[in-house]
Amino acid sequence: MADLDIQLTTAPLNPLALIAFVTVPQAGGIDLFIGTTRAETHPTLGQLQHLDYAAYHEMAVKELTKLVQHAREKWSTTKVALHHRLGPVPIGEASIIIAVSCPHRADAFAACRYLIDSLKETVPIWKKEVYARSARWQAEVK
Amino acid sequence: MLTSAPLEYPLIIRIRLFAHMAAHAGASAVTLEMPADCRLSDIPAALRQQFPDLPWPAGTMLAVNQEYAPAAHPLKPNDEVAIIPPVSGG
Repeated sequence: MADLDIQLTTAPLNPLALIAFVTVPQAGGIDLFIGTTRAETHPTLGQLQHLDYAAYHEMAVKELTKLVQHAREKWSTTKVALHHRLGPVPIGEASIIIAVSCPHRADAFAACRYLIDSLKETVPIWKKEVYARSARWQAEVK
Repeated sequence: MLTSAPLEYPLIIRIRLFAHMAAHAGASAVTLEMPADCRLSDIPAALRQQFPDLPWPAGTMLAVNQEYAPAAHPLKPNDEVAIIPPVSGG
């Protein structure tokens, strides 16, 4: 589909590529969300070194496509780009970028928020927290 | 005409494991042989026969052929079942 660009990639993410994809004359607002690896210190595991993401790739793309289609129906999105990084993501670097363009800004904000919130609920992607002394999957501690 | 005993045709079901479940099993894909009339709800017990210590976090969901599916979903030959522990993308 020409109005959606979903990528799961081990390469560093480039927000300019997503902005370029969603920039079209009929859109009056573009909302951009960037999720990054936050520096953390765990009381026993030490400093966070990086996050490491794994995906059930085929299903993740299917689920993301469903979310984007729902956003298009509900908020009349013009174009959506969603890139998720896999593998190690160093502190301060982006693990996810979502860009949404809509005719009006309120819809762009709402659709972008819906996409990141829903991704965290249903899309089969998992993060492993790699600390100085040990690593653990987030799914272990939930 | 002789009536023959019902035949059990085992289903070959491919199982995908992720995150710490894959780490515990030591594999991200395993194959199970299941009875012909099995349902998705039969998979967890069969899997734990093979991997008795497999962790099973609360909120783990199951998918068949890359779609979330309910427990009563009947399985067909060569279905791919994925065990989806709580997701944490983003």
